[in-house]
Amino acid sequence: MAKSPEEEHPQKAFGWAARDSSGVLSPFHFSRRENGEEDVTIKILYCGVCHSDLHIVKNDWGFTRFPVVPGHEIVGVVTKTGKNVKKFKVGDRVGVGVLVGSCKKCDSCQQDLENYCPQVIFTYNSLYHDGTITYGGYSDAVVVEECYVLRFPDNLPPDAGAPLLCAGITVYSPMKYYGMTEPGKHLGVAGLGGLGHVAVKFGKAFGLRVTVISTSPKKEDEAINRLGADAFLVSSDPAKMKVAMGTMDYIIDTVSAVHALAPLLGLLKLNGKLVTLGLPDKPLELPIFPLVLGRKLVGGSDVGGMKETQEMLDFCAEHGITADIELIRMENVNMAMERLAKSDVRYRFVIDVANSLSQ
Amino acid sequence: MAKTPEEEHPIKAVGWAARDSSGVLSPFKFSRRATGEKDVRFRVLYCGICHSDLHMVKNEWGTSIYPLVPGHEIVGEVTEVGSRVKKVKVGDKVGVGCVVGACHSCENCNNDLEVYCPKMILSYGACYYDGTVTYGGYSDTMVADERYILRFPENMPLDAAAPLLCAGITVYSPLKYYGLAEPGKHIGVVGLGGLGHVGVKFAKAFGAKVTVISTSSSKKDEALEHLGADSFLLSSNQEQLEASLGTFDGILDTVSAMHSILPLIGLLKSHGKLVMLGAPEKPLELPVFPLLMGRKMVAGSATGGMKEIQEMIDFAAKHNITADIEVIPIDYVNKAMERLAKGDVRYRFVIDIGNSLASSN
Repeated sequence: MAKSPEEEHPQKAFGWAARDSSGVLSPFHFSRRENGEEDVTIKILYCGVCHSDLHIVKNDWGFTRFPVVPGHEIVGVVTKTGKNVKKFKVGDRVGVGVLVGSCKKCDSCQQDLENYCPQVIFTYNSLYHDGTITYGGYSDAVVVEECYVLRFPDNLPPDAGAPLLCAGITVYSPMKYYGMTEPGKHLGVAGLGGLGHVAVKFGKAFGLRVTVISTSPKKEDEAINRLGADAFLVSSDPAKMKVAMGTMDYIIDTVSAVHALAPLLGLLKLNGKLVTLGLPDKPLELPIFPLVLGRKLVGGSDVGGMKETQEMLDFCAEHGITADIELIRMENVNMAMERLAKSDVRYRFVIDVANSLSQ
Repeated sequence: MAKTPEEEHPIKAVGWAARDSSGVLSPFKFSRRATGEKDVRFRVLYCGICHSDLHMVKNEWGTSIYPLVPGHEIVGEVTEVGSRVKKVKVGDKVGVGCVVGACHSCENCNNDLEVYCPKMILSYGACYYDGTVTYGGYSDTMVADERYILRFPENMPLDAAAPLLCAGITVYSPLKYYGLAEPGKHIGVVGLGGLGHVGVKFAKAFGAKVTVISTSSSKKDEALEHLGADSFLLSSNQEQLEASLGTFDGILDTVSAMHSILPLIGLLKSHGKLVMLGAPEKPLELPVFPLLMGRKMVAGSATGGMKEIQEMIDFAAKHNITADIEVIPIDYVNKAMERLAKGDVRYRFVIDIGNSLASSN
């Protein structure tokens, strides 16, 4: 008979899980594996609420296994290290992002691109090597193999830095890979949410001119005065969009709902690059003529490998980049999810796990 | 009163033109400008028939100006050069491709990317600097600014080389630009027509493993035995598709009809690139999950700049790459267009202008 989540592993654990596609989270007793030779055990301090968490608890993508404990923007403190662990010691501040395992042998893994490994294991809702389901960071502790744990820089605040572990790398990686880092070039950021606001900060740190593209005119003040964007373009204003055509070198498209790509492609200059990061539940329409006539490209990207995620954290520490967050208590997570569904957050909820998760 | 095509310029010319969107071509008398200081005039020997010519004579893109003399794969022999011309001399074998003018001062022009200049002038159906309409290569004589003249080495058969001026550069440029022109890469070519067959030849010359991807099993022998492709994938066969998932570094998609790119994205390895060269009129469905999960991209490309076209011709000469052609006399051109519309040609028609145009007028 299959073991229950509480019995499956030797160490008791406690968190909040969604039981079904209503997505409502509630207290959940489960267990974590024994700390193996290559593992570290982490007491969780903070965990960011990523929009993917919302998609998963509601089973929007159709592959959720319930009960699911979400959370892949985890910052905590090492409480135990296995005997082969070299990089960390007890007391170190660390982070865990979107992945906790991979095959280590394929081309992607060999190139420090574990996130693209065909056998990648995600921090939650994935099957681990031992056949059990992974549970994420809306919980008191997690056991992770050393090579999937990140050093969390001392001068980065652990709460505001937590969202970097998914939102941060999701934007940083394609900006580097697609060459969107040339000072003086013009970056458009479509959508001003968790990903978008971090993209603006990275864009400015890379020396780019940044325009926020949004359907909500009321985000203009925030974009320019608080986040430091150079300009704001209301995408529902045809006259303004027309003037802006052919002016952008790059666009980071963070919009996860189904939306039109044609107007965004029109904003790109020749050889322009549009990277789409949102995961809509249906295909988008892609007009081919503008790609051919303007030698433009539309690319995707999905978080980043371990090496690059560490590089990104160190870059953020150097440039003082963190997310803009609203700290919440664990028991308010359902309300946070409702507000997130309406994009009512500036710009990431972060759960104060250590101070609010109680049995 | 506006001058007629015959009176507009001082040098008489003859060609075949479409008069309306029926697309039917017939003999047409017009004129070319006098040879300016930087101009090169040549007598046209051959002109390739590009699928774009068919789109344009029928006004399928809504931009055609009639009467329309198509043809942008034009080769011939120099008969006169302007006083400041340095590149070629009388008697040289030359060609003109898709572009005959640009602004020469923008960033694109300064980077040898004239084709992307916002003021770029097409070889036919466009408005030249002097306000007159450009006429293409289905004609006896051609004049172009030296910058837009390509040189052909003596040992290249001119008829089979003509299609390189559009089809050739259209596949060569993206193979280089998107980093696919490297030994050991696995490149797929979708569609085996004018672009596709030349795509196979260039990709092989770059040292790639090449798979032709087609909906017609009848093309398999041609692809493998004649063009030298390494393998053939029948895209309508689910088993073959599934066995090939995640195995391609790059795919050149030359199909301009509406089709699904979802299976093509699935065929790409992680970090793979799908390059669209045919341009369907309506948008295609872009499945986003596979794009993100594999960090893949969909991109486009259109011909290339003058410097790159010359580089491509020199590369083709060195590797003995020319198009597979069916040479036709000019009065077969309407029939050729009908056959082209059905994909019934291996793989480019080339009009023998030198031997058939004069007698048709």
